[in-house]
Parts: sequence; C-alpha cells; structure tokens
Amino acid sequence: MSNENNGKKGDILLDMRDIVIDGYSDDRWHEIVKGVDITLRRGEVMGLIGESGAGKSTLGLAAMGYARAGCRITSGSIMFDGEDLLAKTEEERRALRGTRIAYVAQSAAASFNPAHQLIEQTVESTVRRGTKSEAEAKADARKLYRDLQLPNPDTIGDRYPHQVSGGQLQRVMTAMAMSPRPDLIIFDEPTTALDVTTQVEVLASMKRIVEHFNTAAIYITHDLAVVAQMADSIKVLRYGETIEDAETRKMLDNPEKEYTRSLWSVRSIDKEEERSGDIILKVDHVDASYTGSAKVLDNVSIEVPRGHTVAIVGESGSGKSTAARAITGLLPPSKGQVLFNGKALPPALKERSVDQLQKIQMIYQMADTAMNPRHTVRDIIGRPLEFYLGLKGRARDDRLMELVEMIELNESFIDRYPAELSGGQKQRICIARALAANPELIICDEVTSALDQIVQKGILELLLRLQRELNLTYIFITHDIATVKAISDQIVVMLQGRVVEQGMKSEILSPPYPEYTELLLSSVPEMDPDWLTGLLKARSEGASATNR
Amino acid sequence: MNDNDKEDIIPSEAAELADQGYSAAGEVGVIKSRRTFTQNVWRGLKTAPPTAVFGLIVISIYVVFAVFAPLLAPFGEAEIFSMSYAPWSDEFMFGTDQLGRDVLSRLIYGARNTVGIAFVTTLFAFTIGGGLGITAAINNNGWLDNLLSRSVDVLMAIPSLIFALILLSMFGANTLNLIIIIAVLDSTRVFRIARAVSLNVVVMDYVEAARLRGEKMFWILYREILPNIMPPLVAEFGLRFCFVFLTIAALSFLGVGIQPPTADWGSMVRETAGLIQFAEYDFTAAMTPMLPAAAIALLTVAVNFVVDWFLHKSSGLKD
Amino acid sequence: MGLIRDNRRGGTVHPVIRTILQRLGLGLVTLFVVSLILFSSVEFLPGDFGEAVLGQAALPETVAAFRKELGLDLPLHERYFEWLGGILTGDMGNSFSGRGSSGGSDRSRPVIELLAPRLANTLFLASMAAIISVPLALFLGITAALYRNSIYDRTVNALTLTTISFPEFFVAYLLILGLSSFTKIFPSLANISPDALFWDRVYLTALPALTLTLVIVAHMMRMTRAAIINLMASPYIEMADLKGASKSEIILRHALPNAWAPIVTVIAFNLAYLVVGVVVVEVVFVYPGVGQLMVDAVTTRDVPVVQGCAMIFAATYILLNLFADIISIITNPRLLHPR
Repeated sequence: MSNENNGKKGDILLDMRDIVIDGYSDDRWHEIVKGVDITLRRGEVMGLIGESGAGKSTLGLAAMGYARAGCRITSGSIMFDGEDLLAKTEEERRALRGTRIAYVAQSAAASFNPAHQLIEQTVESTVRRGTKSEAEAKADARKLYRDLQLPNPDTIGDRYPHQVSGGQLQRVMTAMAMSPRPDLIIFDEPTTALDVTTQVEVLASMKRIVEHFNTAAIYITHDLAVVAQMADSIKVLRYGETIEDAETRKMLDNPEKEYTRSLWSVRSIDKEEERSGDIILKVDHVDASYTGSAKVLDNVSIEVPRGHTVAIVGESGSGKSTAARAITGLLPPSKGQVLFNGKALPPALKERSVDQLQKIQMIYQMADTAMNPRHTVRDIIGRPLEFYLGLKGRARDDRLMELVEMIELNESFIDRYPAELSGGQKQRICIARALAANPELIICDEVTSALDQIVQKGILELLLRLQRELNLTYIFITHDIATVKAISDQIVVMLQGRVVEQGMKSEILSPPYPEYTELLLSSVPEMDPDWLTGLLKARSEGASATNR
Repeated sequence: MNDNDKEDIIPSEAAELADQGYSAAGEVGVIKSRRTFTQNVWRGLKTAPPTAVFGLIVISIYVVFAVFAPLLAPFGEAEIFSMSYAPWSDEFMFGTDQLGRDVLSRLIYGARNTVGIAFVTTLFAFTIGGGLGITAAINNNGWLDNLLSRSVDVLMAIPSLIFALILLSMFGANTLNLIIIIAVLDSTRVFRIARAVSLNVVVMDYVEAARLRGEKMFWILYREILPNIMPPLVAEFGLRFCFVFLTIAALSFLGVGIQPPTADWGSMVRETAGLIQFAEYDFTAAMTPMLPAAAIALLTVAVNFVVDWFLHKSSGLKD
Repeated sequence: MGLIRDNRRGGTVHPVIRTILQRLGLGLVTLFVVSLILFSSVEFLPGDFGEAVLGQAALPETVAAFRKELGLDLPLHERYFEWLGGILTGDMGNSFSGRGSSGGSDRSRPVIELLAPRLANTLFLASMAAIISVPLALFLGITAALYRNSIYDRTVNALTLTTISFPEFFVAYLLILGLSSFTKIFPSLANISPDALFWDRVYLTALPALTLTLVIVAHMMRMTRAAIINLMASPYIEMADLKGASKSEIILRHALPNAWAPIVTVIAFNLAYLVVGVVVVEVVFVYPGVGQLMVDAVTTRDVPVVQGCAMIFAATYILLNLFADIISIITNPRLLHPR
C-alpha cells in the first residue's frame, strides 16, 4: 500500500539525537528541550506524553525541522531517512514538509484557512509535489474521507471549514496529512479539544488509517489512556527531559518511575460512597434560558445531601455549568425554584442577602482567571474575611494563616501575586478564598480539569479532607469520569439541558445503563492498549445486533 | 523542600520532586524575581531604546518650560514692543511678531498654554469617556451600553475636525468652548477603548466571584477592574494626548482655536506664516513660523516614542 | 445544531445581502442624525445673530424679514423637512455673506454655487493624493510586515512614527521651504483658476498633494503593517508553512484571500482621514477647495455654508466607511458560504 515509501518496515526512519531547543521569554533564552533522543522506525507509532511545559509540541515540530517563532534548535542532530535535516537549507526542509512529513494540529477550526474549500486544502501539498494530478488527488481525498468515516465523503470536501463540526474537521485534517502518503505524521494533541464521545470516533479513524497505510507517527498528548490506544511505544517527558521510555504495554503494566505512575494518579483515589437523607440544596423543576434563545436547562431537578458530594457529569453544552449559574443566581431560572436549607432562594443574585451569598461559594476551573492578577494572596483570601465576617487587622491575619495552613501552604505565600504561584497553588488559594466565607455548600466547576494529574490528585485529596473536617457539601461539575469516581457520592448525568439519570455513584456506574450514560461511560479511554479495539468491536457487534 | 520560589529553581530538580513525594508548597510556580516599584522603573529605563530615552528627556524639558514659564521667559506673554517683525537679535532672540511681541517669550508661554490646554482636554475626555466606557462594559448589552455605544457610533461617523468646526461655529470660538467640544468629541474614542479593555476584564471569573460575594458596583469597578485596565489606558492617554494636541493646534492654526492674545503655537504659526515667502532673503525670518510648528512636532514625536516603547513593553511581543 | 441550520435555511435572503442591507440602513440612519445635528446648528445660534449678520444698522423690520426668509417663524419639524428636501434637491439656501443691512439676498449667493466648483477642486486634490499614497502605503506596509524587525522595517517604522507626529501645516511648510522657497521647483501657492489646464493643475497642486500623501502614507502604512502581522499570526498560516508552502504561496494563496477586508478597511479609513486633512492643507496653500470655504464660513459664522460643507464632508466620510464595510462583508467566507 505504501508504494512510495522506499523502505521497509523496521528501518529507522527518524533519529533525533541530543536535541536542545531554546525558547525566548522574559527577555532571554531558556532551554525548553534539554537533550532528548527519539528513534522511530517505519510504520511505528510513538507516543510523546507529558504535562504542560514538558516541551512535547516543540519537540514534535522539531521532528519536521521546524521551530516556531521565538524558538530555536540550538544543538543535536535530526536524521530523517538517512538525511540530516539540520544540515539542509530551509528550502530543502520545506520540500519535505507536507509531503514526506505531515502535521495534524490541535485546533482544526483555527488551522484550516477560512477562505478555501476543504478539499482544496486537503490536496494542496500532493498537487504541489506533482505526483498526482489535481483530479487524481481529489478522487483520492474523497476515498480518504470515506476511509475516515466522514459523512457524505463525496461532497464534504466542497464545504468551507466553518461549515463542518470540530470532530469532522479533525478527521479532514488527518486526510490532509495522509493525502501525500507521508512517511511520518506528527499528531499534536488532535483530540484534546473534543468531547469524549467524539474523541472515540476520531481516535478510531486515525488509528485505522495509520495502520492501513503503515505510516510512522508521533502522537503528542497529555492523556496517557489516549496514547495507549495509538502508540507502540511511549516516551514520557517532563520539563524538556526524558523521564521514561518503554514499549506501551510494558510502561502501563510496570512503570519504572514514580512520575510515570503519577500520570494516572487520579485513578487511584476511590471514595466510599455514603447515603444521606438530609437535603441541603434542592433544585426544583428549574428551566432557564439566556435571553431569547432556546432553553439551556429543561425541567432540571437535583437534590444535594448535606456533607456529601454530588457530581454533575456531561459533555460541553449539556447545561452542567448553567445549572451552577442557576443555583448561584447568576442566571435566574425562568421556571421552578432553588431551595437552600428548605427555604426558597430569591432567583436573582441581586435579591439575595449577604448571609445567603456567604453560605454558597464557588470555585472555578481556571484559577488563573478566578484571581485578580493585581491582588496578593492576602487581598484575595482576606476580602471575604472582611466582607462576610467583619474581621480586621490582627484577627484577619490570624484567620488568614489558619486558612493557608489548612490548604497545605505556608506563610511565605501570603504576599505573593497569582503570577508567582503554580497552577495547583493557585487552585488551593481559590479553595481558601471559598473556605474564608465559612460556607455550607461549595460549587466546584471543573476545578481540576486544567491541572496536571499529580496536582489534580493533591487537590482532590485536599477537598476530601476538608469535607470530612468541616462537613462541607460539594456540587462537583466535571466531564471526567475518573474524577467522578474519586470524589462523588451521587452522580447526575446531564444531556442537552436535561437530567438523564441521577442516583448513587454505585448505581450509575454499574449496569444496566440508560443509552446515553452507556455511551458516555464507554467512551472514556482506559489504561489498556486493547480498550479501543475492544470497544469498537463491541459497538459494531451491538449495532449489527440491533440491526438484525 | 524548596519553599522559596524567589530563586530560579532549575526544573530538572523539580522533576525529581515527584519521585520524592508530592507537596503543594514545593510545586514549582512561574519563576519570577520580585523587585520593588522603583527597581522596576530603573530597570525599565536602563533597557529603554534610545528613542524612548529621547522622548522622556524632551517631555521633561517641555514640562519644565510649562511650569516655570514666567521665570524663564525674558518678556511678558503679551508685552508689545515698538518694532513689529523685528529680526533675530540679542534682545529678541527669535525676533518679534506682527504686533511686536517677543517670539521667544511667546514660545515659552505657549508651552504652558498649548500643552496645558491639550492636557486638560485629554484628562477631561478620559474622565467622560473612561467612566462611561467602563460603566457600559459592566452593563454589557444592557440598555445603557446599547444607548451609549450607538450614540458613539453616530458621533464617530462625523470626522472630528469637521464636527469641531461646526460646533465652534455654533457656540463661538473661545478656549472654554474649545476644551469642552474637543473633550466631548474625543471622549468617544476613549469610550471605545475603555469599553473594549474593560470587557476583557469584566468577563473574568474574578469579577464574577466578586459579584457572587455580593460586592457593590463601585468596589468592583475600583478594586477589580481599574487596576487591570490601567496599562492600556495609560498608553491610550499618550496617543489621545497627541491627537488632541494636534487637533487643537490645527484649529488654532485655522484661527478658530485658542484665541489671541493667549500665546499659542498653532496661532503663532498662522500669524507669522507669511514670512516663509522670504526664506531666500532672510532665512531666520522664515524660521519664525517654523519654530512653534517644530515645537508642536517635537513634543508629539517624543510622546509617540514613549508610548510606542510602553506598548511594546506591556504587550510583550505583540505589535 | 440541526434546528439552527433549518432556521437559517428558512430565511429567504442570503446573509451577505441581509448584512449589506443592514449596513446601508445604518449608514442612512447616521446621515439622518448628522443632518439633524447640522440643522439644529441654526437653532443654537444666539438670538441676536440676525443683527450680527446684517450689522448694527439693520432695521428691526429687516431683521424680521431675514428671520422669515430663514423660516424661523415656522414650526421646527416643518422647517427641518423643508431644509432636508432642499439639500436633497441641491438647494442649500443662501450664504449669509454679502447681505447688506437692507437684508435682501440679492447680493448673497446660493451655497450650492459657492460649493460646486470648490468641491471639484477638493476632489481633484484628494484623488491626486490618494493615487500616489494608496499603492505606496500598501507596498511599504506589506513589505515591512513581511520583513518584520529587519532594519528596513525599523527605519520605515521610525520614519512614519515621526511623520504622523507632525502637524499637517508643519509638513506643508517644510515642503514649501524645501521645494519652493529655495529651489523653486513648485509654486508655494496653489491658487488654481477655474480655467486652468489639466497639467497646470497637477503642477500647481503638487505641493498640497505631496503634503497629504506624506501624512496619509505614514498612517496607512502602519495600519497595513499591523493588519498583515495580525493575519500572519493565524494558525492556518503556520499550518501552510508546515504543509511546505513557499513564502510566496503562503502570501498569495493563504494570506491574501483573507487580507482584503483588513486592507480595504485601512484604505477607506485613511481616505476618510484625507477628507479631514484636506482642510488644513487647503488653507496653507490657499487652495480654493471646500475646506478653505468651510474655515472661512466658520470664522464669519456663515451657517448655511458651514452646513453645506459639513454635509459634504460627513457624507463622504460615511460613504467611504460604508464601502469598506461592504467589501469586508462580501469577502468574508463565513457570510458568503453560510452553513
């Protein structure tokens, strides 16, 4: 099939030795990749995994002999199919890009040119290279669209990028990369921006087509479970250095480094669920909509028991964050009411008393934007102490210290600005700010999803400990099932503004499932290289069973 | 565990932290060395490009002249001598004008009048435009925001120099009218900028957090929003000042701006412009109208250089 | 998703046409508001302006007759529509100047008669400036953006930053000194007569046109550069680079189709700016255009003339911006190819 690949499987295709890459920031150059080696054979898929700042994207682009503006490759060698990319001229490297080495970007919506039809962009490199006529290349592109299971493969290419959904665009981009039949494709977080149910379909198409054409690939991601489905071997990076390097199964079964194990650390927490009949918050048949548009909450009822955690689960657009806005009064319900401790809360924020506001606190997904960058930690945590409890001077500072210690930080953090804190520390300060109000209920909106795994684990454990010590109630909004398992007692599953299912964790997470819950749960990648294959097999069997 | 992030932690050490066990306080934050405000200013000045240094020096000189005009000027602002159009001499360094007033003294007083009026006008424009812009942003898409934004759209559909000419013909040309008219017209542009930058801040979760806490509107505006929009607004102040300054100079040059006998650079150019015709016979005479014009140009260049540097610094690499 | 799509298909008008109609409507509303403001400028005149125009010696009857001629005895809205109707049919009333204390309008000329020849002159000057400056500015701006941070870019940048800081009259006098007073290449006064030949006109208009060009090029070049840099930072440009497209392909095939809207906006904005710049430049060079007429009228508070000139300037300004909007709309793929 790979007729143009003039080598056979097993030959070394890419050999990167001791790569050092500098990035420019704060008026000077910093090393962001510090001497990493990569060896990739024909037909092999390597997973590059690491958390934010690991330098994995930079390294992936370096495999194309490319450095972004503000980056430079300072030393090392990059041998691609026996030729030294760094010794070549920019023109020679350019001739390889898009033909023998292709790239699939994270944000397909931004990476397609809005002014051209998809098929024109798909065949651009192939036609430029001249191995196929435009008509042949387009016919081939339509075939690729079909192979990637895009709807209407014969006509979808005539559309413009903004006319196609995100998951479909990502597949068109895979077709674009595959069109010139490259030897190597770099996948740079191609499914990160997608919902889990879409992610499964895109992953499956990519896996199939890479295997079909026996193309070598580097798959960059921060999600170990995703890469486990795609890659033959995995390289773990941290701060620009290799931590561990192993064949996929071996790494999952028997990781050598503690850090590697920490990449799935959230999965190691499992909370014992508890039942309770003492309801602190009741969302009672609530409808809500933004002015003039369709209902974003449709007859939503949720009961939250005191001292326990209710997780609201759903994909983007399911209304889970809107539910939080309705509870806090930011979006007054158009129908129904919210009862707190048995009494109805005024629907709009403005009508609520300070006392009512104090009892319900909120923690946000992005700690970065949840704290004023011009306030110090002292201002941030001190304000609710002053505002709700009237604490001043010494009393305020004493309580401030207590809170900072409660979140496992220390005095040295008090006069820092948010920019001087790490992601996990920021989120801890946000937790302290919520605690400062002495709340009964805390709404946590995706509070861990922007954080690295090991940090997530720390935050979740902190929240669990605080719950035990202070008898706090949490509403935990998330799309991540591992997090749900780690923290919740009860689960509410939402889809398109409606509650599809709710109940105790053990009931929701075990069969029989309603249709959507099943789809959602089964789409979450597991730490098992055979999971995707197994799932697709089960689904196709299920489909043929119902067709019969 | 390293609790002191103030020093540069080499990330490879941090990578080992994971192997030693996890601690929240030991997590590596963005490494930044803390400096005091004065240290920052000093450091900024030392790394400033020559254009910005030039700009800062020029601005300081203008400020000194504006403040100490009566001490520095050899004669009074409107003091009339017997000889009009006197040539450059020891007594009258840059000669006298058509009425026999000392050009040098009028130039020095002009620093106070022309720059002062432009500065006051810009301040006034910022008070109106900035205040309304932030209010509109908080009221995003409410009736007030819509009313203000649409009115500004219409006002901005008329070129401001033309609009100023119409209004001056209606209300008459005097300094107070001039300040009010230019300030109101220019506040539309300030409104747009202030609204746009505030909108970026208003959507931040920390503003929502303050609203959820039950904070009053004023507190949110003053404590949460204002500190975060100051850098772009300061840069904009410089740009608007240049624009206002040039507009007033143009109007004065056209004879409908700052009125005599107030010493003003725009009017001075207009009053002595005829001398340019004699350049080949008497070069210094031809320079008489060029001096106030150059004074205007130099200050605007200086402010623009400083603003350019400031924008470059505060926006990182963004151009 | 499906619902939204159906709703949009249900609409009978293509989004491009709908958006253009919206903009046209908005432009008309703006013109209407401008006309209201201009109209009301007579209302705001102080009560004794009749005397001011006609002189102290005017008899009370004459003043009353003058007020009547202006229609000040009619109700406000009637007067407005009469005035608006007049403007639309080319009748802008009579100039205040030339009225003796007798108050008769025999020696005062209709505004339109004053305006028409001067409008032609102004358009001539503005077109000359535009023909030189638009291609020059686009060339400088695009090359500066492409060779960003090079010495060329920095030089052009510093030069244009300096030029935009100069008041127009300073640029004008510098040119007069350099190209007229000392070298006698061009005349310093551009008092063209109505029967001047085309090339004579060009020659006489050279200095004012050059002044305008310098000012406009600086602005336009900086805005073009910013727009192109912004465009070149788009992820799809990086993607084109990663697909092996050459520099010229990236520019012609990937950047250009998306660059029309920002570039046209820059051009229109600066041509509109030209409208304003023309006022000062005309005064410096004693060029018989609308700008000079308007400044004279403002000094003598000749309101009908001010109204006429302002209406012309405002309409040009609004039309240019409207034109830019429409170009942006018809080159926007999102509107051209709705979901």
